[in-house]
Amino acid sequence: MLYSLLCYNKEDVVWSWSREEDDAVMGRLSVVHEKLVKEGKLGPSLRLLPTTAAATLRGSMVIDGPFAETKEQLLGFYVIDVENLDAALDVAKELSAANPTSVYEVRPVALFVPDARPNAPKEMIRAY
Amino acid sequence: MTDLAWINAALTAARPQALGALLRYFRDMDRAEEAFQDACLRALKNWPEKGPPRDPTAWLILVGRNAALDGVRKQSRNTELPPDEVISDLGDAESELAERLDGSHYRDDVLRLLFICCHPELPPTQQIALALRIVSGLSVAQIARAFLVSDAAMERRITRAKARIGKADVPFETPGAVERSERLAAVAAMIYLIFNEGYSGGRDEARAPLCDEAIRLARLLLRLFPAEPEIMGLAALMLLKQARLAARFDAEGDAVLLEDQDRSRWDAKLIGEGLALIDKAMRHNRPGPYQVQAAIDATHARAATAAQTDWAGIEGLYLALERMQPSPVITLNRAVAVAKLHGPEAALAMIEPLEKPLAGYFPYFGARGAFLLQLGRSHEARSAFDRAISLAGSAQEAAHIRRHLDRLMAQANF
Repeated sequence: MLYSLLCYNKEDVVWSWSREEDDAVMGRLSVVHEKLVKEGKLGPSLRLLPTTAAATLRGSMVIDGPFAETKEQLLGFYVIDVENLDAALDVAKELSAANPTSVYEVRPVALFVPDARPNAPKEMIRAY
Repeated sequence: MTDLAWINAALTAARPQALGALLRYFRDMDRAEEAFQDACLRALKNWPEKGPPRDPTAWLILVGRNAALDGVRKQSRNTELPPDEVISDLGDAESELAERLDGSHYRDDVLRLLFICCHPELPPTQQIALALRIVSGLSVAQIARAFLVSDAAMERRITRAKARIGKADVPFETPGAVERSERLAAVAAMIYLIFNEGYSGGRDEARAPLCDEAIRLARLLLRLFPAEPEIMGLAALMLLKQARLAARFDAEGDAVLLEDQDRSRWDAKLIGEGLALIDKAMRHNRPGPYQVQAAIDATHARAATAAQTDWAGIEGLYLALERMQPSPVITLNRAVAVAKLHGPEAALAMIEPLEKPLAGYFPYFGARGAFLLQLGRSHEARSAFDRAISLAGSAQEAAHIRRHLDRLMAQANF
C-alpha cells in the first residue's frame, strides 16, 4: 500500500539552521533514505522551498503565500510503499529519529500518477 | 540536533514576535527585553523536561509578561513568585493567547520593533547594530566583531542608540496603511544595509553571518506581509546574491568576477527561492528598485554560462533602475551591458560624462580601462588602471585590483 509521509516543522526555525545543522539533519536522513531504497520501499520524495516562495490559486485569485497560515508548515513529503500502517509508522519513526524536531503525518495515498516526463531524472536533483 | 540547539533556534526564531508583543505591552524597550530574557531562561529550564510548547512564541509572551508582572508585584508586596511548574503548564491559557495573537497581531509588533531601530537620527551603522542586538538577539561581542570594534565600544554605541530611541516618540497604535508602507520601506532599507555590511565583508567570518541574518529578517517580513512586491524583491535580491557566495572568491581569497565564476558552485536552493520570489513580485506590476535589482541578478542566475547572459535584458533593467533612482553608478553598470551589446566604443562614450561625479570611485576607472583596452588604446588603459589602483580603499584592495588588471593586461598581450 502507498503511504505519504508529510513532514511538518516550524519553517522559520528550519530555514534558520546553519549550513552545518542542515547538513547534519540531511546526512542522518540520507542514511534512512538509502535503507528504504535498498528495501525497495522509497517512492518519489520532495523537499519544498519555504512557504514565502509559494503562491496560492483560489478560484481565479492568485494569493501570495501558502494555502493557510499555520504554526507548522509542510516542508516536504515522501511516498513509500509498505505493507500497512504499522510499517508506515515504523518508517516515520526512523525519519523522526533522524530529524527529531519535525512531525510526520502518515497519510495513505488514493491515486498515484508517475513521473511522465520523457527525461524524468532517475537520481536526486537540486532545487531548480 | 541536540535539545539545547533546537531550543536556541526556537528562541531566536520567536524573538522578533515575542519581543515585539512585549514591547507593545510594556511600551518600554528595557522592560520588554528583560521580560523576554526571563521567559527564555524559564524556557531553557522547562522545555527540555516537558517538551517544547506547540506555540513557543505565545508561550514566551505569556511567561515573559507574567514574570515581569510578578517582578513588579514582588517589589511592591514582597509576595512569593509562583513555582515554575505552574507557569509551564499553561494549558488553555496558551492556546487562547495563541488564538488572539494571530499573524496580523504580530505583524505590526514586529514591524514596530524593526522600525524603532531605523530612527532617522541614528547613523546607518547604529541602526544596524541596534537591529542586530534587539531584533536578532546577536550578542554585543558578535556585533563588535562584525564592525571591527572592541566589545566596550560597541556596548557604548548600542547604549547610546537605545537612549536615543528611548526618547523617540513611536506610536503604539496600529499604524494606518500609509504609515505602514512607510515603515516597511524604512525597515527594508535597513535590512538591505545589514546584508550589504555582510556582503562587502566578503569571506570575513565575523561579517558573513550578517547576510544570513538579513535573509532571515526578510523571510520574516514576507511571512507577515506576503503581498508586498518590494519585500519579495528585496528577499530575492539578497538570496540571489548570497547564492553566489561560494563562487565569489578563489582559493587565494581574491574576488572572482561574475563572468569568471564557476556557476556549478552557485547555491541552487537559494537561486530557486530567489527566482520564485521575483516571479511572484513581477506579477503585481508594481515595480520598484529592489525588484529591478533582483531581476538583474535573476537574469545572471538564469544564464547557464556567462556567454549566454541576456545583456539586452540587463541593459533594459539598468535603464529602468536609472529612471527610478538616477545615479552615475547605475549608469556605469548599464555601460558594462552596453559594451557587451554594442561594443566598447559606445560604452566609453556613455561613461565619459561620469568622470566628474565618479572621480573618487575606483570601479569607474577599472571599467574605463577595460573598455580602452578592448579598443587597443593600451596607454590610456594603463593610466586609467593606475588611477583605479590609487583610489583603492586599502593596500589589500589595491593588490586585488592590481592582480586583476595584470590578468586583463596579459590577456590583451599588453
